[in-house]
Amino acid sequence: MNETFVGMPAFPEAAQKALGNGTLRGNLRHATHTIRAKRAAAVAEVSDWAELREAGSRIKEHTLRHLDRYLEQLEESVTAAGGTVHWAADAAEANRIVTRLVKETGESEVVKVKSMATQEIGLNEALEAAGIRAYETDLAELIVQLGEDRPSHILVPAIHRNRAEIRDIFRTAMAGWGRPAPEGLSDSPAELAEAARLHLREKFLRARVGVSGANFMVAETGTMVVVESEGNGRMCLTLPETLISVAGLEKVVPTWRDLEVFLQTLPRSSTAERMNPYTSMWTGTTDGDGPRAFHLVLLDNGRTDTLADEVGRQALRCIRCSACLNVCPVYERAGGHAYGSVYPGPIGAILSPQLRGTASEIDASLPYASSLCGACYEVCPVAIDIPEVLVRLRERVVEGGPAVREGNRVVLRPARGHAAERAAMRAARWIFTHPDALRTGQRLASRARRLRPRTLPGPGAAWTRTRDLPEVPAEPFRDWWERTRGGKEETK
Amino acid sequence: MSDRERVLGRVRRALADVPEDDTPYDRAIPRSYAREHGVRSAEETVELLAENLADYRAVVHRCAEAELPVLIARLLAARGAKSVLVPDGLPSAWLANADPVPVPDRAESTPYELDAVDSVVTGCAVAVAETGTLVLDGGPGQGRRRITLVPDHHICVVRVPEQVVASVPQALERLSPTRPLTWISGPSATSDIELNRVEGVHGPRTLEVVFAGVIPSVGGAGRPEGTPASVGE
Repeated sequence: MNETFVGMPAFPEAAQKALGNGTLRGNLRHATHTIRAKRAAAVAEVSDWAELREAGSRIKEHTLRHLDRYLEQLEESVTAAGGTVHWAADAAEANRIVTRLVKETGESEVVKVKSMATQEIGLNEALEAAGIRAYETDLAELIVQLGEDRPSHILVPAIHRNRAEIRDIFRTAMAGWGRPAPEGLSDSPAELAEAARLHLREKFLRARVGVSGANFMVAETGTMVVVESEGNGRMCLTLPETLISVAGLEKVVPTWRDLEVFLQTLPRSSTAERMNPYTSMWTGTTDGDGPRAFHLVLLDNGRTDTLADEVGRQALRCIRCSACLNVCPVYERAGGHAYGSVYPGPIGAILSPQLRGTASEIDASLPYASSLCGACYEVCPVAIDIPEVLVRLRERVVEGGPAVREGNRVVLRPARGHAAERAAMRAARWIFTHPDALRTGQRLASRARRLRPRTLPGPGAAWTRTRDLPEVPAEPFRDWWERTRGGKEETK
Repeated sequence: MSDRERVLGRVRRALADVPEDDTPYDRAIPRSYAREHGVRSAEETVELLAENLADYRAVVHRCAEAELPVLIARLLAARGAKSVLVPDGLPSAWLANADPVPVPDRAESTPYELDAVDSVVTGCAVAVAETGTLVLDGGPGQGRRRITLVPDHHICVVRVPEQVVASVPQALERLSPTRPLTWISGPSATSDIELNRVEGVHGPRTLEVVFAGVIPSVGGAGRPEGTPASVGE
């Protein structure tokens, strides 16, 4: 089971709708432009950025190529340190495991650190169905939860909301979840942060079970790393008696030393800081400090399918910094919701169709949600060549062919929507392998050049809606070449 | 088949293209990045730490080791603290002059009890100059992770220059992954509203860092003996 937002239309349709929302465009433009400039400055501060990027990319690539070995080593280290490791092949299994672990504690509520993995599997909804309330404690996640909204950004899920909207959400919804918003709450960010502090405080103090994700897991030591800003992470990781962390298989790195690369590249890429305010590292359990029980749920949910593609595999290097979202011209205009997944933006366009397959309309359209400008690749701190994977996935959508779904080899059928494109390509291949026919065609076209339409009829109209048809020259190039011997006798 | 076997089986099938003699870890990772950025004296490294701490709104003070009791007492009084959390192994002299009621860091204290304490005073394991980071590892004078989280005011003493390293790689070399670690870079903050940084969410909203030790050429120059200097806010 994979979470696709229910009834999600294909990207172009959803994007078009988003483009009509002036407030959304203003909010996104403001936020992405702010962070873009700051990130560039933070990156420019370190002289060896290229080397750090290369090292980070190679660490991840090497780990992926030997993932079975490092996962077994991680399991051994975590277990030796007093933790318990669980394996989940899909979202349903991960949700069952977490629900059972929470029920075993006898508790009916959990506090959560922001986590992409638990968003991906729809954990909150699964817990709700089992009578367990999950409280999001990251400020942006809180805004999304209180607003009954969907996340639209990896790092800042409420990036589509401006301060005035956030104030309205707090005023309206906080009371229903616990402590109401303070009287006369203004829209100043400091006051909004204070309101969140007061609202969540009571939940942290009484919490018995915490749920988190992980930014990194160190195979050799069993160390888990969570990188955050607000301190809500530290609250969830240290105050409860039981801690359950759900992490994708790809979060493992081989050694303690590898952290020296990512702790330099991740904060600068995501929030444009030299270092984020808080980073927690824990290895199993510690007597008298923090949770007495620690559970790690290792999540597959399409990751091994992604791993099976030699080109697409690099998407699993992602450290979820969201630099590619902030720099993307398509994301800036369409917003995160149009991508129909908890992973929006360029990385989402290559992750979602691989994690979930390309069967749904939205997933088949995501590889096209890009102009292939390559800005995402430039800023990626682990050098994921997103345009390369996009092109690979376009090929998969159009041509079909072998792929792996839920661990099984399958042969995908070509998408129906691309019949005209395939017919055109077949015709082009025939023409280009028959020189006489090409020559005849070119001469005909030159003679009829005044009749050239501005747009193509029929299915070709989709192509010319956003493109101009090329001018047809008065004389085909090859005729000109033969007549003038390559321009030498042009004047004659 | 268990999910463990299923997942590991899928991983192995997915990696059928990886040769047996694939480049081993040691040779696969280029480590040509810097161990530290720039060349600095110990004094300059301490100065960089002060700058970067202040840049993220931590308040930096400096004094000689012997002046710590006076300075800490003054900071707690200025804050109006009535009670102060004291981790095991904190040098008793540090709080010898302080008025607030000392609250020992105990395993059985509830989060509610911690929430009623005004301030906390700790040492640290290492501080990172390039990033303005303090790392606590639960060693002597640092306490359980939660005591530097729940109270709203944290005073952290850094012994300079010996506890200060230049860079993240150097910090990791000094730390043990078997201990629970908290990396702190400024007071609690968020970038969640319009991607602008705002200080003060769930962690301590005031972080005061005291550099203890004698740094002859920087900071102390030109100020009278026994007068702690402060930078930052």
